[in-house]
Amino acid sequence: MGGWSRFLETFFNREVIERYLPAILKGVVVTIEIAAAVVVTGILLGLLLAVVRAFRVLAVNVFIVVFVDMFRALPPLVLVLLVYFGLPNIGINLPSFAVLWLVLALVLAAFAEEIFWAGILSIPNGQWEAARSTGLSFGQTLMSVVLPQALRLTIPPLTNRTIAITKGTALGTVVAVTEILGQASSAMSNSYNPSPLMMGAAAYLVLFFPVVVAGRWVETRFAWKR
Amino acid sequence: MEALIQTFFNPGIIAASWPIVRAGLWNTVLLSLLVVPLGLIGGLILALLASVRNPAVRWPLMAWVDFFRAFPPLVLLILLFAGLPFAGLELGGFVCVAIAFFLNTGAYYGEILRAGIDSVPGGQIEAARSTGLSRLQAMAYVVLPQAVRNVLPDLLSNTLEVVKLTSLGSVVAVPELLYQARQAQSLTYNPTPIVVAAIIYFLMLWPVVRLLSRLENRALAGR
Repeated sequence: MGGWSRFLETFFNREVIERYLPAILKGVVVTIEIAAAVVVTGILLGLLLAVVRAFRVLAVNVFIVVFVDMFRALPPLVLVLLVYFGLPNIGINLPSFAVLWLVLALVLAAFAEEIFWAGILSIPNGQWEAARSTGLSFGQTLMSVVLPQALRLTIPPLTNRTIAITKGTALGTVVAVTEILGQASSAMSNSYNPSPLMMGAAAYLVLFFPVVVAGRWVETRFAWKR
Repeated sequence: MEALIQTFFNPGIIAASWPIVRAGLWNTVLLSLLVVPLGLIGGLILALLASVRNPAVRWPLMAWVDFFRAFPPLVLLILLFAGLPFAGLELGGFVCVAIAFFLNTGAYYGEILRAGIDSVPGGQIEAARSTGLSRLQAMAYVVLPQAVRNVLPDLLSNTLEVVKLTSLGSVVAVPELLYQARQAQSLTYNPTPIVVAAIIYFLMLWPVVRLLSRLENRALAGR
């Protein structure tokens, strides 16, 4: 047996691939579900926090800034472990996929808030004044004048950040979430063969490569003309 | 309240686990000092190659960068750590972390530096070349300093992410801060060491986060 066929036999073993394909596909579904939940809840919470921050209530804003800074400074894996091992001690038992969702959604919310807030700040004061002078209330100005302009500006950085954080679903394997990497790792140790890991890697590429390429397109499409 | 303190900020456990956690902190600093320059070098190579405005060079480079941007770093790390031994190559956790970071963060740094180089007007290179500077000299003395300045917030933000990512080393038994904290946690059956590690990460990185949020707000507001 030549080197090449031995390589194929080890890393792309047909029998192992066929046996563990269902498990990997199950992992793909879990990854997509968690990723979708993280993206929707994270971005909505981030937007909500940025809107609340625009009302400039000091006590509230201090809280928001501390929250954002904390979730930007701490590594997601540290947060996952902290929540996973910490919560049961205060009587809250969350399933591990919920822990992963909660942590990644909060991390994304923190980054998204910063991006939305920077977008709101970038709208010149004259816009606020002009809108208010036509009789719009503060809330109406924010919703109908400022946010539509600000959001367009936030799309490229938000896209990149969202992709980077969504990839973090792989961290779930550390707390036994049955996402792609978790399924691939346990299949690898059961079969003592690296083929499941190669399948997992391929699954991540199939899922995320189109998203990264689409993100590149979004970046040029919505780039701010200087 | 008392019970909460005993669980999450247990003074006895903090004292007992401190030597273990401190060793981890030191290793995290060393690891960061290794992987940040590694990623920067990888990124610089990619960006310099991409500045050759030839589609035959640029497109494969873009594919390379997107490949590693699409690949979760933890998957890359486990592939190197657990997959390569099947090909008869056992590298150890530390080397695997170094290679994975060179590839992954190199792609991110490369993308940022490429954008920086693109942001420098072409007239600058022509002017520099016309004064007799070689291609390389023009790049090193004229283009790169301006490019780096233009993308400094992005470079800093990526560096923050890289330092945070060193915590992945704990998965392949590199004795950095998180790994040491988890060791201490499993010895004491108490989450206090992980809380301590989180506080250390926060104290270390919080100034960077503050600085970044100022730079970012200023960059957007300045348009």
